Amino acid sequence: MGANKENKINVKNIIKESAVVLVLVAIIIVFSFLSPQFFKVSNFITILRQISILAIVSVGMTVVLISGGIDLSVGSIISVVSVLTAMSAVYGKMPTGVAIVIGLLLGTFMGLINGVMITMTGMPPMIGTLATQMIFRGLGFIVCDGASVYHLPNGFKIFGQGYAGPIPVPVLIMVIILAIFAFILGRTYIGRYFYAVGSNAEATRLCGLNTQKIQILAYMLCGFLSAIGGIIMTSRVNSGQPKAGDGYEMDVLTACVVGGISINGGEGKIRHIVVGVLIIGILSNGLTIIGVSEYWQQVAKGLILAAAVAFDAFQKTRKKL
Amino acid sequence: MENYALELRNITKTYPGVVALDKVSLGLKKGEVHALVGENGAGKSTLIKVISGAIAPDEGKIVVEGKEYERMTPALSKSLGIEVIYQEFNLIPNLSIAENMFMGDFIGGKMTVDFKKMEEKAAQVFEMMKIPMNPKTLVKDLSVAYMQMVEIAKAIVKNVKILIMDEPTAPLTEDEVDILLKLVEKLRKDGVTIIYVSHRMEEIYRISDRLSIFRDGQWIATHNTKEITRQKLVCEMVGREITEKFPERKNNSGEVVLEVKHLTGRGARDINFSLRKGEILGLGGLVGAGRTETARMIFGADPMESGQIIVHGKEVSIHSPKDAVSNGICLVPEDRKQQGVILSLPIRDNITLPIIKSVSKAGVVDTKTETQILEKHKNDLRIKTPSFAQKVGNLSGGNQQKVVLSKWLASDAEILIFDEPTRGIDVGAKQEIYSLMNKLVEEGKAIIMISSEMEELMGMSDRIIILYEGVQQGEIEREYFSQEAIMEKASNITR
Repeated sequence: MGANKENKINVKNIIKESAVVLVLVAIIIVFSFLSPQFFKVSNFITILRQISILAIVSVGMTVVLISGGIDLSVGSIISVVSVLTAMSAVYGKMPTGVAIVIGLLLGTFMGLINGVMITMTGMPPMIGTLATQMIFRGLGFIVCDGASVYHLPNGFKIFGQGYAGPIPVPVLIMVIILAIFAFILGRTYIGRYFYAVGSNAEATRLCGLNTQKIQILAYMLCGFLSAIGGIIMTSRVNSGQPKAGDGYEMDVLTACVVGGISINGGEGKIRHIVVGVLIIGILSNGLTIIGVSEYWQQVAKGLILAAAVAFDAFQKTRKKL
Repeated sequence: MENYALELRNITKTYPGVVALDKVSLGLKKGEVHALVGENGAGKSTLIKVISGAIAPDEGKIVVEGKEYERMTPALSKSLGIEVIYQEFNLIPNLSIAENMFMGDFIGGKMTVDFKKMEEKAAQVFEMMKIPMNPKTLVKDLSVAYMQMVEIAKAIVKNVKILIMDEPTAPLTEDEVDILLKLVEKLRKDGVTIIYVSHRMEEIYRISDRLSIFRDGQWIATHNTKEITRQKLVCEMVGREITEKFPERKNNSGEVVLEVKHLTGRGARDINFSLRKGEILGLGGLVGAGRTETARMIFGADPMESGQIIVHGKEVSIHSPKDAVSNGICLVPEDRKQQGVILSLPIRDNITLPIIKSVSKAGVVDTKTETQILEKHKNDLRIKTPSFAQKVGNLSGGNQQKVVLSKWLASDAEILIFDEPTRGIDVGAKQEIYSLMNKLVEEGKAIIMISSEMEELMGMSDRIIILYEGVQQGEIEREYFSQEAIMEKASNITR
């Protein structure tokens, strides 16, 4: 009987996962019919470049979600990293490499602040990171006095605008990060810790693990990956922007949830991010190509999100009956 | 025929595998305080639920003031003047006393509430109860004892005729108990019939007119409280032979591995004992006696205020479960589903979680070694599962408990604390757990076992330490084990 039960659940999971993949395929087919420009290699490379930052930051968010938290400050981390990396390079006259290391450390440090604050006080992660979202965003504007930072050194362009052969550099970075984190989550003990603490923090603590450390590490990784996103964004627009990443946390959460990552913790795989990010990316690319306005694109994204969550909720209530 | 306020006739209630109430008949005289006594699981709570309408009996009749009912519903029992005060209060902390008292039927117009009138009425009730209380006070600002008073006041407002109190004094201090008991006496004088459930013998003897003894879902006897001695009462409460067979084991205890000195914290004070290699030390007492609290402090799950924990002759500082685990101490918690296992994760992840770091090379899990460890424990413990990828949530209670055990055996713990190890586990799996515990001590592990089941405690332990209200009541060696001796200490009766 046990075997039957397991099979049944696996089948259910397959249905659930393939449903999202089917949606992805359906979107691709529909756009291919609607526009001759859509189904082309060059357009797919464009889509991949467009989604690279979203995917990288979503990986960070996913690590936090799996370990039972949420990080609403990712957009603000992008902003602070963008401004300060650019300022280090432009005003501080630091070599590009040093400026980037500063940016990455800064992002990781902001993640550390999130993690320490949430685990030490026990405040809800959603509120804690909402607070730091405002704090970081404000600080981002304060350090540059609200002004964008231009005249980045030429070497900086490579991260957002460069190509390695036919492949854009940000796409390459995205693929490497997806691979690394698929490995971390699937094969390392740290990955096991993330799933355990997100599934049941108290039981994990009673296994003799330091759950706070694990959660802090998740926020630090999220800060680090947001910083990578911020540096690519800075490179792409060729300037440090305090407005960078405004509202980005919502795009990231949408991609994660549409892909099938649970916001209740303990569940989610890197492949879910890939599917979620692709759906969001292809949707905005395709809608832009066929000339749908920005506003209607928002509506479409919202509908996809609602549909994804409704489908998930429906599955769960059916399980109960 | 006597004039009963409430009469139960042949009430039977079965749950899958358990007869919670077995043809129970009981009559409550008008205006008496009737105590219900019995061990944990004797059927008292089920009986209360049948009277309050929370559950329906399978068979039997409930007679209230001469009228027969097949079953109660919560609404019906309230309309008949039956009120229950549970251990967990049904009060809304952010509302005032008066608002809580009139919850559900506010005084006022159709759309408005007449707060003034409500407060006046509440004040009248408290005056009658002879308890100084301001009806405007918010409930969250009250102490536990006064919250209880509000619950009683609430019942009085509803014109209570039969008041059921389930362990009302459990959270109270001695002074507060006194206030409460005086109030109960006053209610009795006013003609309210009171069902009083308590583990505390002193209270039962002080307050009750009659008492009924329950055991294993059966009504054993009803006595006038004055006419039964405490010793006889305890005898009737436990009075049964050990029915389950416990596997034989020789006591071959060795050197002391764990010493606990003056352990004090929330729920337990000044606990002292030592644990030897190869023995099972039982921790007995009633629910709320401080056994789980003691175990959790030793394991570092809850902070201790003072005291020493000595492992292998060396004092260790334990501030978290991590410290305990690194000293070879582990806990099999009472709440298996929430604290023992992670239901949504596979068996594999659950068993190796504490040791996964050490079976990893450069951070990467060595799945080959991991699988070897899993296979070993699967065979040793006979966990029934087709695959280690099976989610623990899909396993039976017994198999879940085996997963918890495997987890600690894999991490080579020396001192195992079992908190109610067989709760909610079927008989077959129980026997397996018992044999396993015996095997463990034979291999030289040391076990502390908390159990509310008397047979289990006596059948498995080499020694038993008994707690009462967070205080150690003494130790009984195996040769002196008897249910009476344990119950006396557990209910703090001195001969």
